Amino acid sequence: MTPSGSTSPAATAVSSQLSRARLAEIWETPADLRGILSSVDHKTIGKRYLVTAFVFFILGGLEAVVMRAQLVHGDMHLLTPEAYNQLFTMHGVTMIFLFASPVLSGFSNYLWPLMIGSRDMAFPRVNALSYWTFLLAGIFLYSSFLVGQAPDGGWFGYAPMTQRAYSPGLNIDFYALGLIYLGISTTVGAVNFIATFFTLRAPGMSLDRVPVILWGTLTVSFLIVFFIPALTVASTFLYLDRNVGTHFFDAANGGHPLLWQHLFWIFGHPWVYIVVLPAMGLASDIIPTFCRRPLAGYTFVALATIATGIVGSGVWLHHMFATGLPPLAMSFFSGASMTIAIPSGVSVAAWLATIWYGRPVFKVPFLFMIGFIILFVIGGVNGVMTAPVPFDWQLTDTYFVVAHLHYVLLGINVFPVFGALYYWMPKMSGRMMSERIGRWVFWLMFAGMNLAFFPMHITGMLGMARRVYTYPSGMGWDAANLVTTVGAVVFAAGVLLFLVDLVRSLRVGPLAGDNPWDAPTLEWSTTSPPPPYNFAVLPTVRSRYPLWEDRIPEGARSIVGRGPVLDDGRETIGTSPLDADPVAVLHMPPDSSWPLLLALALTVVFYALLAVSWLWTGVGALLVFICLVGWLTPSRPSRGAGED
Amino acid sequence: MDSISLPVESQPSMFHAGGPAAERIAQLGWVFTSVAVAVTVVAVAVLIAALHRRRSGRTQGVGPFEDPRGPLRWIVTGGVILPAIILAVCFVCTLLTQSAIARPPRPVVATIRVTAHRWWWEVRYPGIAGAAEVVTANEIHIPVGEAVQVELVSNDVIHSFWVPELAGKTDVIPGQTNSMWLQADHPGRYLGECAEYCGVQHAHMGFVVVADAPADFASWAAGQRLPAGAPAEPAASAGLDVFRRSSCAACHAIRGTGIAAPAGPDLTHVASRTTLASAMLPNNRGNLAGWVTNAQSLKPGSEMPTIRLNGRDLQALVAYLEALR
Amino acid sequence: MATAAAALAIPYAPEAAHASGRWGMRLLIATESSFFAYLLFSYFYLGSMAPAWPPDGPPSLTVAGPDTVILLSSSVTLWWAERGIARGAQTRLRAGLLITFVLGAVFIALQAWEWSQKTFTPQTSAYGSLYFTVTGFHGAHVVAGLLMNLVVQVWAWRGLFTRDRHALVSNAALYWHFVDAVWVVVFTSLYLVPRLA
Repeated sequence: MTPSGSTSPAATAVSSQLSRARLAEIWETPADLRGILSSVDHKTIGKRYLVTAFVFFILGGLEAVVMRAQLVHGDMHLLTPEAYNQLFTMHGVTMIFLFASPVLSGFSNYLWPLMIGSRDMAFPRVNALSYWTFLLAGIFLYSSFLVGQAPDGGWFGYAPMTQRAYSPGLNIDFYALGLIYLGISTTVGAVNFIATFFTLRAPGMSLDRVPVILWGTLTVSFLIVFFIPALTVASTFLYLDRNVGTHFFDAANGGHPLLWQHLFWIFGHPWVYIVVLPAMGLASDIIPTFCRRPLAGYTFVALATIATGIVGSGVWLHHMFATGLPPLAMSFFSGASMTIAIPSGVSVAAWLATIWYGRPVFKVPFLFMIGFIILFVIGGVNGVMTAPVPFDWQLTDTYFVVAHLHYVLLGINVFPVFGALYYWMPKMSGRMMSERIGRWVFWLMFAGMNLAFFPMHITGMLGMARRVYTYPSGMGWDAANLVTTVGAVVFAAGVLLFLVDLVRSLRVGPLAGDNPWDAPTLEWSTTSPPPPYNFAVLPTVRSRYPLWEDRIPEGARSIVGRGPVLDDGRETIGTSPLDADPVAVLHMPPDSSWPLLLALALTVVFYALLAVSWLWTGVGALLVFICLVGWLTPSRPSRGAGED
Repeated sequence: MDSISLPVESQPSMFHAGGPAAERIAQLGWVFTSVAVAVTVVAVAVLIAALHRRRSGRTQGVGPFEDPRGPLRWIVTGGVILPAIILAVCFVCTLLTQSAIARPPRPVVATIRVTAHRWWWEVRYPGIAGAAEVVTANEIHIPVGEAVQVELVSNDVIHSFWVPELAGKTDVIPGQTNSMWLQADHPGRYLGECAEYCGVQHAHMGFVVVADAPADFASWAAGQRLPAGAPAEPAASAGLDVFRRSSCAACHAIRGTGIAAPAGPDLTHVASRTTLASAMLPNNRGNLAGWVTNAQSLKPGSEMPTIRLNGRDLQALVAYLEALR
Repeated sequence: MATAAAALAIPYAPEAAHASGRWGMRLLIATESSFFAYLLFSYFYLGSMAPAWPPDGPPSLTVAGPDTVILLSSSVTLWWAERGIARGAQTRLRAGLLITFVLGAVFIALQAWEWSQKTFTPQTSAYGSLYFTVTGFHGAHVVAGLLMNLVVQVWAWRGLFTRDRHALVSNAALYWHFVDAVWVVVFTSLYLVPRLA
């Protein structure tokens, strides 16, 4: 029974067995097929994101291992150049688009409502849509392998090589359409995060009290909203040039190849921050737990996150220094690119200060944080090395940049992700992972990573260009390439060991309890795994670290374990954007099949475009329209209030 | 046919500078490399010290919550002030280097027009005062100690012209002409590469820049301007017939014979070049034969087809080509 | 403690937050605006490198001018409709939606006719590609808005909206005003700016 009009929500002081049973009945998704396909539970969606992203991580890693086998020695013939070019392109596309961002969405989806004391995200069905479209876009891209025409123009797809004249097959069509499709997933996810941030934080959780992952994901969500469209426009132009005969990138008819590069990098540079800023937020939330003290300089770190996003939006030209741009423009972008080091420096200094003034506890998640800091510094400084224009003219398009990008992507995305997996797996599954095996995982990954990528600084400086399927022996590159291949294998062994640990601990790991790490944030106040309704009573927050307040003699006291139960349907509390004052009790939608159906309809559209069939594109668009109408049709109001 | 071995002695290292541009860039590179190494060492040292300071094995006990000054001092000093100062110095060095290499030390003495193809480099020196053009492929000669201007155009997709020991790279983009200057201060051969992914044989799109003493450069240029002489021996003459009969004449020009196909590298003075197949193979009899009859296994996907010739025709063809100095 | 509960004397919003839906529409508009910004960036970037842009002189205002007036009027009528339901006036809502729909449909029809009169195609040159892509994507957004309008009309006729509960109408109206605002920018860029040079 849902009354309309205003009313004070019934508030029980403490949750009871009865209210918890009632909440479970309201929120639980049935375990049948229909439940699986229609669940809008953010925890389920978050876990699906993590698993799917991890599968892509493995696929991308296998692609890399095969590439490294081809490059272990000069002049190898393990792969044809065509095969190599598809592998290196898909390795990039997979890791950058199908792993690095979705894995962070997975963590954010899972954690945000638990960390902000809410029962779900602002748009639960849109959440489900963002997952299904991610999965289907990934399948769309990988279906290209089934016809032997995987994208082969590099993940950056420079025109005019990607035009029909030089890429006659379907490879680049898969690429352009796949990226547009994936962009839908990313964008709707970002919209969900922004709305959630500003409407669903627990009462009292003002801006200065949110976990840092929220700042990271919020910042990148704005970047996604404003910069994914640049990629969408570029990919649309590419598809049109290839299939409709337009001339956007065609110099002979008024177009220009550099238009692609501008659009791509206007998107592409913010994208690299999109795949690291949330991970830095995860690190900022993990490090305090293992230093037994709050994060030093929280405000600085939050501002540095936002500053990185803003400055990072205006430096894209540094990917194009060799294209013959005006010197003044290049100098400006060169200087701007160097200033990014400052917010990064602030964050690193904050983490170092937290460790210095804390009492480190060397559990596995913390080991990954240590590795992360070291790799962040290396990746940051070798990035600054590419900022000066003249030196970039030597370094760009060589293995030096490959070193840089892997130090920052592995260092600032993968390492925090693995640390976060060890840290939050107990919350997600209810069981601890193994400290002993975890140490092995860390050291194999850390050693393997450095063995693989440090030598690339050398080969780059010794003149080895990127994206080459082979190289001549005797250039001084052989030893470094051998070491790199060995490092890749060591790293892969670490990942494999992680999977072993994961499977093992899910079955026989020791039970975790609510808060195995004695951590301070709200997700640790509920059970492991959390119930479908997250919190039996909704908390009121008065500090940044609610679960550590009892150790501070006179400090604010959050109210956890008492508060409104809100069990009259799927309900949570809506609050004001800045100070999180309670504003309304919100009714959340139940499980729904529309997100999956809409995603399937979109899949029809994209395969139709791949086949350049306008008829089937129309059919798909009609299906999309039907799904949207079905989704958005409101229920009848129970009382005819306010009619004329 | 011998296996692929390094055709040029030099290693294309950006720190092995052979000319003024690369020299200045390498200096800048050392500045940045030193800063990078120093920052890394300091940061890691601080991290290790921080980790060792107060190790605690227990998860009990939390704090301190106060001390706003200590950590904040770190953050402002180490995170804002120090990086800002270091970066400002680095940026000034950058601007100084940029302006130093914007123009060559002395005015250029020649202009070379390089057209990038998939996957080879067409090289032309415009004729001066009515003289004929120099047309060659994958090899550029420059006089030591003098600057030349290189104009870069693309026949198809984006490539990048890069001679690490002499200068930074410049992309070659269809629809515009990019320009750079090149100077070597030491005689020798400098390996060049294509540095922008351009398709299946991007890995095998090298070239050589040869820095000659001024007299040698002049005589090289003079020789290159001449058309091919008539074949002196019967074997070479037979080779020219094979050339005309086979598909060679469909793509390769030899000035002076009337064969003027523009699709592939100009072969008028092919024997004067030190490498074959875009600096992939040393230029010798064996490799010439191997390239003609086996191109697709050496450089699969390239535009050079595999030519089937019987032993006698092959010998004649190679004899003719070897005479084209 | 009872104080926490008593302090939470807040209203009950039966839909998943009027506020959330508004955020969603605003952010959709932000991302779609960015999309058009990049289309126009491309138009001006290629134009900056062309000897003449448009190659054959500025496009004619004969159709586009009145068409613009028609589209902007449709925003006024939709605003009038939305004000109506905010006061519970069902008839005004339905009438306003219908008039808006007709105006929008006329806009599309006139634009299609204008397209058919062009001497160039998307395949003629980069300018042609851009002209048709920019106006085409805008037109597609108008069509989406018309479909939205139809659906909202059906819901309105079924009596699903009240004075207190018409978030879907407000959000659809916001979308329509956005589409009209984009047209102002597109029209200025493609039709007016070439006349300034």
